[in-house]
Amino acid sequence: MALLRRPLLLLLLLLTHQFLHSWIVFGSVNEEGQKQEDFFEELLLKPLPDRKLLTHFHFQSSAPPSSSNGRHHHLFPKAISQLVQKFRVKEMELSFTQGRWNYESWGGFDSIPSSNAKPPGVELWAVFDVPQHLIDAMWKNLTHTLSGLFCASINFLESSTAYSAPEWSFPPASGNLRYGTLPREAVCTENLTPWLKLLPCRDKAGISMLLDRPSIYRGFYHSQRLHLTSTGSGSEGLDPGIILEQTLTVVLLPNSQRASLARAGEKHVQPSWSLSSIFGKEVSGKCVLAETSNVYLLLDRGLVAELKQLRKENEKSAEKVSTSENNWTNPSFELSAKPDRIFIEESSLLSKNPSILYKFEVEKYSESEPFDLVLTWKIPVVWLCQQAPLHASRFLMGSGNERGAIAISLKSTQSSEGFVGANFDDERCELQVDVFQVVPWYVKVYFHSLQVFVDQQPKAVSDTIEKIHVSPSKDKESPGVMELVLKLPCSVSSAALTIEFDKGFLHIDEYPPDANQGFDIPSAIVSFPNFHASMVFLENDSLNQSPLLSKFQEKSPVMSYTEVLLVPLTTPDFSMPYNVITITCTVFALYFGSLLNALRRRVAEEERFLKDKAAKKTGRLPLLLSKLSAKLRGRQSEPPHSTPGSSSLVNSKLVFKVILIAGLAVCWQYYFS
Amino acid sequence: MAETKEKSHKPKPRVRPIVRLGIFLVSHSFLVSVVCCTSGVLALFLLPVLAKNTYISENALMPGSASPMLSNQHVLDGNRLVKDLTNSNLKSSETGIESHKIIAQYMLDLGAEVSFHKFHPQMNQFHPLHFFSSPDSGKIQENYSCSSYGINTVGIIRAPRGDGKEAIVLVTPYNALKSGFGEALSLGIAYSVFSLLTQVTWLAKDIIWLVADSQFGEYAAVSAWLREYQTPKFSSLSTFNSEMCPDINNLFEIKVHSVAGSKFSNSFRRAGTMAAALVLKVRDQGEQFEDTISIYAEASNGQMPNLDLINVVNYLAVHRQGLRVNVEKLRSLLNSSWLKSLGEIFESLAKVAKTLNPKYKFGIPATEYVEGTATLASSLYYQALGVPTGPHGAFRDYQVDAITLEISPKFSLDKVWRNDILLRGGRLIEGVIRSVNNLLEKFHQSFFLYLLTSPSKFVSVGVYMIAFALLIAPLPMVAASLYVDANSSSNFLKGDSSTPSAITDAAEHGITIRSWKWLNSAKLVFIVHLWGAIVSLLPYFICQIPDCSPTTSFVIWVLLSILSLVILNSVLASPLACVKASQEKEWALVKSVTISSVFIGLGLMSVINFATAEIGALVMVPMCLLAQPLKLDVRAGTLRSCCRIICNLVLGHIAFPPAAFFLLKGMLDGFGSANVGDFWMWVESLWAWNSATYLFIGMVQLPCWVLCVSILFHSC
Repeated sequence: MALLRRPLLLLLLLLTHQFLHSWIVFGSVNEEGQKQEDFFEELLLKPLPDRKLLTHFHFQSSAPPSSSNGRHHHLFPKAISQLVQKFRVKEMELSFTQGRWNYESWGGFDSIPSSNAKPPGVELWAVFDVPQHLIDAMWKNLTHTLSGLFCASINFLESSTAYSAPEWSFPPASGNLRYGTLPREAVCTENLTPWLKLLPCRDKAGISMLLDRPSIYRGFYHSQRLHLTSTGSGSEGLDPGIILEQTLTVVLLPNSQRASLARAGEKHVQPSWSLSSIFGKEVSGKCVLAETSNVYLLLDRGLVAELKQLRKENEKSAEKVSTSENNWTNPSFELSAKPDRIFIEESSLLSKNPSILYKFEVEKYSESEPFDLVLTWKIPVVWLCQQAPLHASRFLMGSGNERGAIAISLKSTQSSEGFVGANFDDERCELQVDVFQVVPWYVKVYFHSLQVFVDQQPKAVSDTIEKIHVSPSKDKESPGVMELVLKLPCSVSSAALTIEFDKGFLHIDEYPPDANQGFDIPSAIVSFPNFHASMVFLENDSLNQSPLLSKFQEKSPVMSYTEVLLVPLTTPDFSMPYNVITITCTVFALYFGSLLNALRRRVAEEERFLKDKAAKKTGRLPLLLSKLSAKLRGRQSEPPHSTPGSSSLVNSKLVFKVILIAGLAVCWQYYFS
Repeated sequence: MAETKEKSHKPKPRVRPIVRLGIFLVSHSFLVSVVCCTSGVLALFLLPVLAKNTYISENALMPGSASPMLSNQHVLDGNRLVKDLTNSNLKSSETGIESHKIIAQYMLDLGAEVSFHKFHPQMNQFHPLHFFSSPDSGKIQENYSCSSYGINTVGIIRAPRGDGKEAIVLVTPYNALKSGFGEALSLGIAYSVFSLLTQVTWLAKDIIWLVADSQFGEYAAVSAWLREYQTPKFSSLSTFNSEMCPDINNLFEIKVHSVAGSKFSNSFRRAGTMAAALVLKVRDQGEQFEDTISIYAEASNGQMPNLDLINVVNYLAVHRQGLRVNVEKLRSLLNSSWLKSLGEIFESLAKVAKTLNPKYKFGIPATEYVEGTATLASSLYYQALGVPTGPHGAFRDYQVDAITLEISPKFSLDKVWRNDILLRGGRLIEGVIRSVNNLLEKFHQSFFLYLLTSPSKFVSVGVYMIAFALLIAPLPMVAASLYVDANSSSNFLKGDSSTPSAITDAAEHGITIRSWKWLNSAKLVFIVHLWGAIVSLLPYFICQIPDCSPTTSFVIWVLLSILSLVILNSVLASPLACVKASQEKEWALVKSVTISSVFIGLGLMSVINFATAEIGALVMVPMCLLAQPLKLDVRAGTLRSCCRIICNLVLGHIAFPPAAFFLLKGMLDGFGSANVGDFWMWVESLWAWNSATYLFIGMVQLPCWVLCVSILFHSC
């Protein structure tokens, strides 16, 4: 039997493989009528003003709502679909981030920062399609599942002190939303690997081959994100359609070794880079399972404007018309590969300077001729990224272990003035700012102490705050949540919010292992609902094929996260329980001892005992002791029965003996050492 | 009396041993107090012998485990800055704007975030109730002018992969108007470290480099910056506007043509919670034989930074960079022969002990003992004074561990040695920053309460407490025995005079009155302490008087104090006179209450500032214990009473705070320069720094002295 079983197994395997293969081919090619599962892989590269490079991987796989698939999927990760079915997740986003998004130099207005810049650590939010009373249970199960799936301690979001339910300030506002962050979660490759496993080609083929771990984690910022939306209703017996969007945003500094060499001379020239120099790998063809596999190079508005300016100057000075008309051989930079398509942003609303997008199709390249994009800068270029209308920063005020204050300061960025003028033709122009802030319960915020300063003048709260929703924290139960809508005049140059808090005490076993580091207050979210980050590109006949570009087109409000704060709380001396136990035991012993003593003692009996003792012949040692105690009492020694002569004799004898032995011991010690 | 007779018939019930011990101690209080006081003083002198070697308690610090990355390239960069600064000084020195611009430009070129912080030095004022409160955001003064502002230049490096929750601060004081070469060199060291830190990948905490404008004093600049950092004001109601001053606007004309992510803004920039701060200074003239580095650690009210910070600096300086580390010493003690002989005695004792058992290893050489004592004495002195010894004190007010490092190079700073000192100093700073950067938690492992006897030796609180405890231990016993004495002797006298048959209610009544008699002396003590409080509040009003020289202020203070004492005395029914009429042994009761109040005062002070309490106890405990009416001693006329008279007179002079001050000053600086106004200046500095020592002197020591003197001149 045993001999037979092995070939049988092999045969079975072969058969199923064959079958599966044909089934996949059949599924992806022949079923044209029905919508199918599909997968897109895209990579966006964008030079940043401070010599760095933004690389944004975007993978999207989707499963249509269908009953035919049953529990099986061709491309779509089963784990995710099971998760969506089980917990009735309508929309969910999970992000792992290390480092800080530098809003000032990397921009804060585009759709990349406003949807991909995340707070450090883990952020998770989810919208459920279940009745209100079930949401919390679903959330708890979801956190546990995700923590198993991604090898992270997301399960710490389970406790009700860790998550909150924002009412309306969080952008996908809905009553069924739960939101939680873990600012201290360390993000590493063990979180990336399960994330890659969700891709049909993993990191073995296609664009994801570029994901070289050392170079990713060497970067200045990386954020891996998983966003899923389920469409359609699961009620009609159909499985819900799911769109899974996986993005990885990495900010890298190209060839740092060259940069340090070239410090003195060409300080202002942007470093040239190539895909192989950044990631140490090249793309050899697309992932066969992907519908499209594209690499984009985005030059943002500021850069394009600067380049135009430079070109004009060049033309003026050199009178050269030789600058060829095709956009990709620019006088200021050079690309190694010819772009397959060039998109120019529709400059409908705001700026005269549309951003430019170069598209490269990876399909055309193969193992023998791998795709590698090289960008060489020829002349120094300096530009600025577009920024959110206000730059938000948050800090702690005060000192000591008793109380403090949180301040959120909003500073206007000069570049925003243009938008303001464009967006509002109203006389009383107002800028709407939403603030969403979660504070853990041990930071006891006094919401009445909220103060607003606009342009360094204190303002009445009712004047500036249009809408406020506060749910105060409950000790050891739920965090405090504050949601605000601020209406600021458009000409505002600075605004500040302060709110005071008391630092609470934790129970000794609620302290984390590294309690002396302090406790984190998660990032506040500042969003500008009047401003939308979207880029609409012309020539959008092929748009339906590129989820990344359609993502750009979506009108999402501009959002930014503030810094995580570290509040030092009072920490007990953790050896204290031992001391406390010792002291309490001593006190108890003393108390009960004396109590028993008092209860037990009877005066008459004590006298009789004393007499008895006096009557008895006492030994030498007790005699000595009684003498000593008599001395202590300050009375004359009156040995009861034995004659004073004998007692003194005994005493001196004893003393002599003791001295003799001590002397012997000293001599012995001295002699032998 | 009948009761006692009855008692004598019966065998006495046993008294609890602990009570018996107490009674025994109280009855032998003289012996106990002599033994305790001498052993207390002896224990104080034994502290250098008992000092332990320091060790790095927090394992995460790992000092020196990474090899320094600061290379000659960075040193050259630093050197460039030093040259530029010294050149600009030669060119235009009418305002410091130019050098601030240069520093900011250098920081910008490295890719740091740069901002200027304009501040006005705050006048130190006496706030009677602000002694222990946390620092506030300061008063807004209306009459600011353009001439009296300082500019701090702040550069911040963000840790590439850090989360920005914590920061390390590096401070270099710099006076742009008249900077010595040392200051420029300290900037050079800081710059070379800073330029290294912009390139490294291991940073987990942000780095803030604060170039503090020290034209109004180093402390003022640093504390102004910290105040803005921790307790900013959002509403500016003051009329002063920095934009009105032309040369400040001049400052912002820096061209930011750097690509490397540098940002320049005129708004205040912050990083996270501060983990530690280092203040770096370079002394102008170096005459030592070695490159030395001095550590200053004492902050206000005797607060010390965590010992680990000092350990790290000491370890890196000695074992990695070959610098000699130096802690402040009282130089006058170094040559004292009595200390040397004391050290020799201890040494020989230790030798004898070692022959008995080779495991006893507590001896240290006599020279080391003398040095240790000198260091210990200065450590005690600066902690007791309660005045910070450098700009690091400002950080301690915000619970940030900070120390000042002062490098004094070997030779006069020519070019050969300049690079060397830049390299070694830079590597030391780099090492310390790297260690602090490794920290996961804030400093908490090692000691906060300690005295240093050398850079690598310390006495922890558990050891130095013993000396103080021994000193003040006899106080309650003596107080109790005096009280018992006073009561029982009067009882005895009364009992003798009254016939045993006349036991009436009146006698009972008399006993109860007598047992409450101490209230009378308590009232006296209370009045004197109240007077002490008034005396310590008086300077607040005196310093409101315009154009007052220190000497006249001092004289006014003394006169007002005497006046208030007289008024209080007369208003509250002249207790001394009343006492005299009623009771002969009253002085004993007064002494008893005085001693108890001193005990309470010393105990409280030891919690607030241990060193002050220790030094105070050294003076006050003998004075309180020895105080006895001179008349009694004169009447007795024995040798013992003569000794006591002499001791009392000497102590009565020394313990008077101004007298003690002048004596100390005379011993340190010579008596020629002593001036009456100096004491006023000293007191002014004490309250300006919110030193609790001032309160101690005013509310514990001075009343105690007055009471003791009143006992001395008691007419019995």
